[in-house]
Amino acid sequence: MAGNPKLHYTRGRGKMESIRWLLAAAGVEFEEEFIEKKEDLEKLRNDGSLLFQQVPMVEIDGMKMVQSRAILCYIAAKYNLYGKDLKERAWIDMYVEGTTDLMAMIMVLPFQAADVKEKNIALVIERATNRYFPVYEKALKDHGQDYLVGNKLSWADIHLLEAILMTEELKSDILSAFPLLQAFKGRMSSVPTIKKFLQPGSQRKPPSDEKSIANVRKIFNM
Amino acid sequence: MSGKPRLTYINGRGRMETIRWLLAAAGVEFEEIFLQSREQLLKLIKDGSLLFQQVPLVEIDGMKLVQTRAILSYIAGKYNLYGKDLKERALIDMYVEGVSDLMQLIFMFPFTPPEAKEKNLASIAEKATERYFPVFEKVLKQHGQDFLVGNRFSWADVQLLEAILAVEEKVPSVLSGFPQLQAFKTKMSNMPTIKKFLQPGSPRKPPPDERYVATVMEIFKL
Repeated sequence: MAGNPKLHYTRGRGKMESIRWLLAAAGVEFEEEFIEKKEDLEKLRNDGSLLFQQVPMVEIDGMKMVQSRAILCYIAAKYNLYGKDLKERAWIDMYVEGTTDLMAMIMVLPFQAADVKEKNIALVIERATNRYFPVYEKALKDHGQDYLVGNKLSWADIHLLEAILMTEELKSDILSAFPLLQAFKGRMSSVPTIKKFLQPGSQRKPPSDEKSIANVRKIFNM
Repeated sequence: MSGKPRLTYINGRGRMETIRWLLAAAGVEFEEIFLQSREQLLKLIKDGSLLFQQVPLVEIDGMKLVQTRAILSYIAGKYNLYGKDLKERALIDMYVEGVSDLMQLIFMFPFTPPEAKEKNLASIAEKATERYFPVFEKVLKQHGQDFLVGNRFSWADVQLLEAILAVEEKVPSVLSGFPQLQAFKTKMSNMPTIKKFLQPGSPRKPPPDERYVATVMEIFKL
């Protein structure tokens, strides 16, 4: 077995996708073990592999890490994507919390009834356009640099790109009022590790379909 | 204006309470501004003080920090409550995230409709006694040390103590099966800075009541 991190989750995006993005952007190869049915999850639980009985779980550096934010923080710090000091880390944390809130709204959409879903899609679009994207557009405008924090690629940039692409899947012209974010998207998509992750055949997961949602409901007793 | 951190929130626990706990445990004096009307919140938003138009807001070291987790991370890092290396930080992050999930149930409880309150209370008791407290009981038992991580006081200990006390307010006998946590609770409560915070007259806020709920609904237009 290689020393590569090993990810345990379903085949879908969910809470693991940001972790896949960050590892890929950092140029770290990783393996995946997919939970396809309830028994797979039960086995992980019975083995004592899941600290709080939940996935995501990532085996990395001799640890069985759980809690997506803890995992992301560890990867970001390990691969120098977390700023150079406490203050840069604070900015990265704030930016990431914003994109996390936005993506969390999108993540739950497939599980909602049609009428609730339609209302929430409108809310996502409103929040993206009025609350979140203006912040990042302004950050880039204010310092005129390529990256959000410290003139260097960080977790915040990778997370923002993921959020932009995810929101575009809901409304393809969502960036129409944000020229700097459009340029940012172009630049970030060209970063070699990210470009590779965006190509077919990578470990990036597609948006969920009805069948996979039904399976997820079964596995997690939703 | 003093050099002290300045907290802006409503006069109640909510999402700011964990920050009050951490600052107090670190022995850091702070000032508080209490939002009493929606107009006050809207003014803060208009002034550009709130990155994502939300509180908590903590003004510290020349920054206007928002997003609870970003604020807590910064304070923990600054006051040496975040472990000595990446791996200790990973453990602290995992523990803190688990405790946060439990606290989220407590946090939402006052806003549950009356008919669902009993069920939610049972859920809090169940999650505490079956998912979260057993983890920390086991951690303490296995290494036999006073603190959760690295034989040293950290953010994880503060957040766990806060959660224990918060759950006990709702489920007084919740620690009955957890002797290690009982000892932990006593030891932590006797640490000078925490002991001070637990005394009347400290910045610690009382449990949410109907007035708190009404204030929150009015100011945040929920």
